[in-house]
Amino acid sequence: MLVVVAVAVLVISAPLRSGRWAGQEPAGVAERADLEAARDAKYAEIRDAEMDFRTGKLSEPDWRALDRQLRREAVGLLHQIDEVP
Amino acid sequence: MALAGFSCLAAALAFCLYGIGASLYGARSGRREYVASGRRAVYALAGTLAVAMAILQAAFVRSDFSFELVATHSSSTTPLFYRLTAVWSSQEGSLLLWVLLLALWSSAILFLTRRKLREVAPYATAVLLGFGAFFCVLLVFLESPFTTLAAPPVEGAGLNPLLRHPSMMIHPPMLYSGYTLFAIPFAFAVGALVTRRLGAEWIRATRPFTLAAWLLLGMGVMLGARWSYMELGWGGYWAWDPVENASLMPWLTGTAFLHSVMIQEKRGMLKVWNVSLVLATGVLAILGTFLVRSGILESIHAFGASTLGIPFLVLIIVMIAGSIALVASRSESLRSEHRLDSLLSREAAFLVNNLVLVALCFVVFWGTFFPLISEALTGEEASVGPPWFNRYITPLALVLVLLSGIGPLIAWRRATTANLRRNFALPGGAAVLMLAVLVIAGVTGSVAALLMFAFATFTLAAVGQELWRGVRARRAMSRDSVPAALVALVRRNRRRYGGYTVHVGIAVLFVGVAASSAFQAQRLVELRPGQTERIGGYAITYERPTSRLVAASNGRLERIDLGARLRVLRGDGPPQTLETYKSYFPSTSPGLGPVSRFFEGEATTEVALRAGLRRDLWTAVAPDIGRLLPRIEEGDKVFSEATELSDEDRGALLAQALRGLSRSYTDSPPPATFRLIASPLVTWIWLGGLIVLAGAAIALWPAGARARQPATAAGLARVARELERA
Repeated sequence: MLVVVAVAVLVISAPLRSGRWAGQEPAGVAERADLEAARDAKYAEIRDAEMDFRTGKLSEPDWRALDRQLRREAVGLLHQIDEVP
Repeated sequence: MALAGFSCLAAALAFCLYGIGASLYGARSGRREYVASGRRAVYALAGTLAVAMAILQAAFVRSDFSFELVATHSSSTTPLFYRLTAVWSSQEGSLLLWVLLLALWSSAILFLTRRKLREVAPYATAVLLGFGAFFCVLLVFLESPFTTLAAPPVEGAGLNPLLRHPSMMIHPPMLYSGYTLFAIPFAFAVGALVTRRLGAEWIRATRPFTLAAWLLLGMGVMLGARWSYMELGWGGYWAWDPVENASLMPWLTGTAFLHSVMIQEKRGMLKVWNVSLVLATGVLAILGTFLVRSGILESIHAFGASTLGIPFLVLIIVMIAGSIALVASRSESLRSEHRLDSLLSREAAFLVNNLVLVALCFVVFWGTFFPLISEALTGEEASVGPPWFNRYITPLALVLVLLSGIGPLIAWRRATTANLRRNFALPGGAAVLMLAVLVIAGVTGSVAALLMFAFATFTLAAVGQELWRGVRARRAMSRDSVPAALVALVRRNRRRYGGYTVHVGIAVLFVGVAASSAFQAQRLVELRPGQTERIGGYAITYERPTSRLVAASNGRLERIDLGARLRVLRGDGPPQTLETYKSYFPSTSPGLGPVSRFFEGEATTEVALRAGLRRDLWTAVAPDIGRLLPRIEEGDKVFSEATELSDEDRGALLAQALRGLSRSYTDSPPPATFRLIASPLVTWIWLGGLIVLAGAAIALWPAGARARQPATAAGLARVARELERA
C-alpha cells in the first residue's frame, strides 16, 4: 500500500520536479486548434456535399454552387489560420 | 487487507483534492507544470482505485467473510464468475466500480488530449476530479466496501439469485461505463464554457467518448431488457420501471446531442442547444445513479433507503445551477454563426428529431418522477404504469422511426422538392406496399403496429437506396466490384454509414417491439400432468414434473429445483421438449428450520424459451409447494428434536430428507400454474440491438493514418486554386 502511494506521489510530482513543463503556453495555440478543427469540419462538409450529389440528393447546379460556397469558407478559415501568430 | 483497501480510498480522495487545486491553479496562472501534475493526479486516482478494486475482488474470490460485503453478498457455494461480479451487486461495490470507471475513462481522454485543448482541459480535469472526490467521500465516510466483521460468519448470505444471470452481471459495468463516459463531454463542456473556447475542437476531441458512452449505455439498457425477459418470470422486457427509465433518459438526450452537434460542426448553429443537451445528459447520468442509490423510488433495483440520498441531491442541484449559470453568462459566445437555410434540409430534419427525442425524455422523466412529486404535494402516492407511458411514447416512437428514414434522404443545407420526390419515391412506395400487404393479410389488430411496420419499411428502403446509390457512385469512379465498393464507401464515410446502420437497427428493434406488444397471446393456466393448453398456434402438453437437488462446486447444497417438462407441437412440425423450473435458494435467517429455510429464501424462475426469427414461445412454471408443507414442517420438527447428531450426520440426514421431499413432488405432483406467452418477432428486438451496436462500432472506428494526415500545403493551395477557377 505504501509502495502504491509512493509511486503515485512520484508520478504526480514529476512535472513539478522536471523543467520540461515549465513556462507559459505560447500565444495563439488554442485559437489555431479551434480554427484547424473548423477547417477539418469544412473539408468534411465539402466531401458530404459531393456525396449528396453523387447519391442524388442534390442536382449538379445546386452542388456546384454549394461546393463553391464551402470552398470559399474553407479558404477563409485557412487565411484565419495563417494570421494566428 | 481491508485496511490496505480503505487506505487506497483515502489516498484516492487526497489525489482528487490535490488534482482539483493543481489544475485550477495551473489554468489560472498559466503554469503548465501544475496542469500536467493535475492530469497525473487522475492517472494516480485510476491506479489507486484499481488496487482497491483488486483487493475487494480477491476477498470475494477467496470468500473472505471477514469483509462484511463478502459475507452479505457472496457465499462459498456461489460460482466463481458470480463471486467476481458480485462486487457490484452491492451499494458499496457499485460505487467503487463507478468511480474506478470514471477514473479510467478520464485518464484516457486526458492522455489523448494532453497536447490539445490546453485552455479547456485543466477545467475539465477539475470537474472530473470533482466527481471523483464526491464518490471517494461517499466511500470513505459513508459506504465503505472495506468494513470488517469482528466475528465473521462461517458461510455468507450468497448472491441474490435474481442476479445470477450473465447479462445481469455485465449490465452494471455497461451502464456505469455509459454514465461515466457521459461525464467527459459534460466536463469538457464546462471547461469550454468557462474559457469561452466554444469552437469545434472540444467537440471533436470528446466525440469518440460521447459515442462510446451512448453505445455502452445502450448496451446496458439492452442487457437489462434481456435479463428482464429471461429471469424475472413475467415474460416482458420493459416495464417502465424507474431504474430502467433512469438509464434511458441520458441515452435519449445523448442521442439528440450526437445528431445536433453535427449541425454545430457544419454551420456553427445550435450552440446553446448543444451545450444544454450535453450538460443535461451529464445531470441525467448522475440522476440515474441517484435513483438507484437513494431508494427514493420503489423498484426491484433499489437498494433500500440509504444515507446517500441527500449528498446526491446536493450534487445534482450544484450541477444544474452551475450549468444554468454558465450557459446564461456565456450567451454572447454561444450565438449562432448562421441561420437555417431551408426547412427542406437535413438540418431541419435533425431539429425535429431532437425535439422528438427531448419530448421522449420529458415523458419518461415525468412518468418516473410523478409519483414522488404527487406524494410531495398531496401526501398521496400515485402510480404511473405502462399504459400511461405507452399512450405518449408510441406516437413519438413512430415519428422517430420515420425520421430515421427521412434524414438519410435529404441533403445538407437545402433540398429541392424535385430531389425529394425522386429520393422518397422508392422508400415511400415500399412503405405503402407493406401497408397494403399487411392489411390484405388481415394484420389489422393494431393501427400503431401497422404504422410502425410501414415506417420501418420506409427506413430500411431509404438506407438500402442510399447504400446502393453510394456503391454505384463509387464504382463509377473506381471500377471496384460491388463488395469492394461497399467496403470502401463505408470506410471513407464511417460516420455517415455507421449512422445509417444504427437507423436500420432502430427500425428493426421497433418492429420487434410493435409486433410483440400488439400481437402477443398470453395465458395463466393450471395444468395437471398430461393436460394440454393451446396458445398462438402451439399445443403445449405438461408431460411430467421434474425435481433436482443442485450442489455447488464445494459439495454443499446450493438450491432445490422444482419444475416441469413440456412437449410443444406446432402444426405438423416435430415435437419439441422444453423444461422450466423454479429454483429455491436457502435463507440464512437464523430462526428457520433446516428444511423450511429452502422454501423461505429467494426463488428464481428459469424460463423455458423456444425463440425463433418469427415468434417466441415463453413458458414459466410456478409449482404449488403447498402440498409439501406438512412434510417440510415434519422435517423441521425431526431436526429440532435430533440434538445428539453430529454435523456430518445432520448433513447426511438433511440431504436424505430433501431428496425424499423432491421425490414426493414428482411422485404425486399437484397441479402447477404456467404462464404461457406466444409473441411474434421478439428476436427482432435483440437483432436490432446488435445492428445498432455494429453501426456505433463502425462510426467509432478510428480513421486510417491517411485520413488523419493534416492537409498538406499543396492540398491547401488546391482549394484556393480551384475556387479561383470556379
